Amino acid sequence: MTAQTDTTEGGMRAWLTAETPRSRGQARLGRVYLGWLAFARNRLAMIGLGIVLLLVLMAALAPLLAPYDPYTQDLSQRLLPPSAAHWLGTDAFGRDILSRILYGSRLTLMIVALVAVTAPVAGLLIGTVAGYLGGWVDAVLMRVTDIFLAFPKLILALAFVSALGPGIENAIIAIAITSWPPYARIARAETITIRKSDFISAARLQGASTPRIILGHVVPLCSSSLIVRVTLDMAGIILTAAGLGFLGLGAQPPAPEWGAMIATGRQYVLEQWWVATMPGIAIFVVSLGFNLLGDGLRDVLDPKGQ
Amino acid sequence: MPGRRHAIRGAGLLVSVALTVLGLLLVTFLIGRVVPIDPVIAVVGDRVSADTYARVRQELGLDLPLWQQFLRYVGDVLQGDFGTSVLTSRPVLEDILRVFPATLELATAALVVGVLLGIPAGVMAAVHRGRWPDHLIRVIGLIGHSIPVFWLGLMALLVFYARLDWAPGPGRVDVFYEGLVDPVTGIITVDALLAGESDVFWSALHHLVLPAGILGLYSVAYIARMTRSFMLDQLRQEYITTARVKGMSEARVIWRHALGNIAVPLTTVVALSYASLLEGSVLTETVFAWPGLGLYITNSLLSADMNAVLGGTLVVGAVFIGLNLLSDLLYRLLDPRAR
Repeated sequence: MTAQTDTTEGGMRAWLTAETPRSRGQARLGRVYLGWLAFARNRLAMIGLGIVLLLVLMAALAPLLAPYDPYTQDLSQRLLPPSAAHWLGTDAFGRDILSRILYGSRLTLMIVALVAVTAPVAGLLIGTVAGYLGGWVDAVLMRVTDIFLAFPKLILALAFVSALGPGIENAIIAIAITSWPPYARIARAETITIRKSDFISAARLQGASTPRIILGHVVPLCSSSLIVRVTLDMAGIILTAAGLGFLGLGAQPPAPEWGAMIATGRQYVLEQWWVATMPGIAIFVVSLGFNLLGDGLRDVLDPKGQ
Repeated sequence: MPGRRHAIRGAGLLVSVALTVLGLLLVTFLIGRVVPIDPVIAVVGDRVSADTYARVRQELGLDLPLWQQFLRYVGDVLQGDFGTSVLTSRPVLEDILRVFPATLELATAALVVGVLLGIPAGVMAAVHRGRWPDHLIRVIGLIGHSIPVFWLGLMALLVFYARLDWAPGPGRVDVFYEGLVDPVTGIITVDALLAGESDVFWSALHHLVLPAGILGLYSVAYIARMTRSFMLDQLRQEYITTARVKGMSEARVIWRHALGNIAVPLTTVVALSYASLLEGSVLTETVFAWPGLGLYITNSLLSADMNAVLGGTLVVGAVFIGLNLLSDLLYRLLDPRAR
């Protein structure tokens, strides 16, 4: 009975930090809470989290926040400098740059989300299968991984886009195809350290099938180091996507993709500097946000990296 | 039997490199096959009789099974035949040899920037671990990792060329000097020195500063981070304590003893960052109108010149593999413990 009164008196905090949790759920939530405390102490990581949340909000509320339509051209308003009517100025077609950046956050978020969902999952499956099965499967899969790692990422993405044709979907596919190998390497290394563990043997002796062991026992244990890596890679994904857009191989006009916006502002950069400058600042702030967030997550989830 | 073990390890390395190169060829071959451009029509146009079409198709070997086509492709590439560029109507290899020195010049200059800034920064961060120089260098590294290189290049042109007039505009040399020195190596700064044209040399060097500086910043972060972690490992060692106890000056302990001992792993780091600079040069070259391999690949891409794109990809990939191999070999050669 005493334990019962303790939890109610200390409230949520005491329940979360209890020395002896009474359920698996409480233990799990407690660990998340402690991790969050460590993370929240890192000021830079909190700034990163703030930026990323802001990006999500911007993307979700773009139609409400944007003062103008991002596509409507008005040639009488072209290349206006930043002012009260157009905070970030207008581009060569008289479109409001602020509105375009706000709508562009949707494209950025979409690219990041799609790559972050596909590439790590592919890498995780390839890596865990290679690490768990070993033998020739491992040799073949790792050789393929090495070949992809031997290519410079951007060049390989360029070659894929050239084959598939320019466009945002193909840019996402190309980035995903070039991003999975490091995840496969990490997942394989983690799998090798746990595949000989007793609990894996126990699961096998209970008659669990290989796919069940890999998906149910190995994959979850490899996830946390992969999450850190994915967050740290987000900035790189954003920069690659923007680079493809800048080269005219990613999102096509009139889509308000930030890299493509810089490309169209390029010819005016010496006189109407704001056209190319503003989307660049947006890319910079968002990538910095993901980098800070990833850096903080690494400190929390992987203390040996310090 | 150390000699024999060496031979076996060397052979293993060779086989793995050969397999990687073969994989590289397979990837470019497959990319070339999925392109929605009909290679026959690309050669003869779309207004030919079915007979001609079939004949050209046979000449190009497109009627063969895929694996035979691949063997043919490998054979061609190994003989230096990358096909003909549609854009320049010259052999792709010839084009690449012409533009590659410009990229080499840019990447090498950028590497010099990266090494000269990155190593001291990393050493400072390690020595002042946890204090403000360490944090400052970490934050600068994070910022460097977050700025799009093409945008930074544009901003640098805007500020240093258009506003302050400190730097020359895009290109490798002032228009006035263009074509004044014979291309011997293709690297303008070296060619100008060989020809004794100091004006051209200074103009070329002047043009190099901005793009190489921007590109170099990207390797600074990586080199500094690696230097920091290697240095931290060394500074924990007992010989450092001994040296300090002996009364050796702190500067000598750090710059001579500790840094001297990480020279070998640093060499491999530098070799690897050279490879990533080649990649980064694609976007930098576009911004600065630098006529190198990166600009060649992107221009070919925009005009759907597949032979040129794949040839360029292959060359960059091969250089990448070569630099990885080099860093591996350097490590084994220089570090007595790895022998």
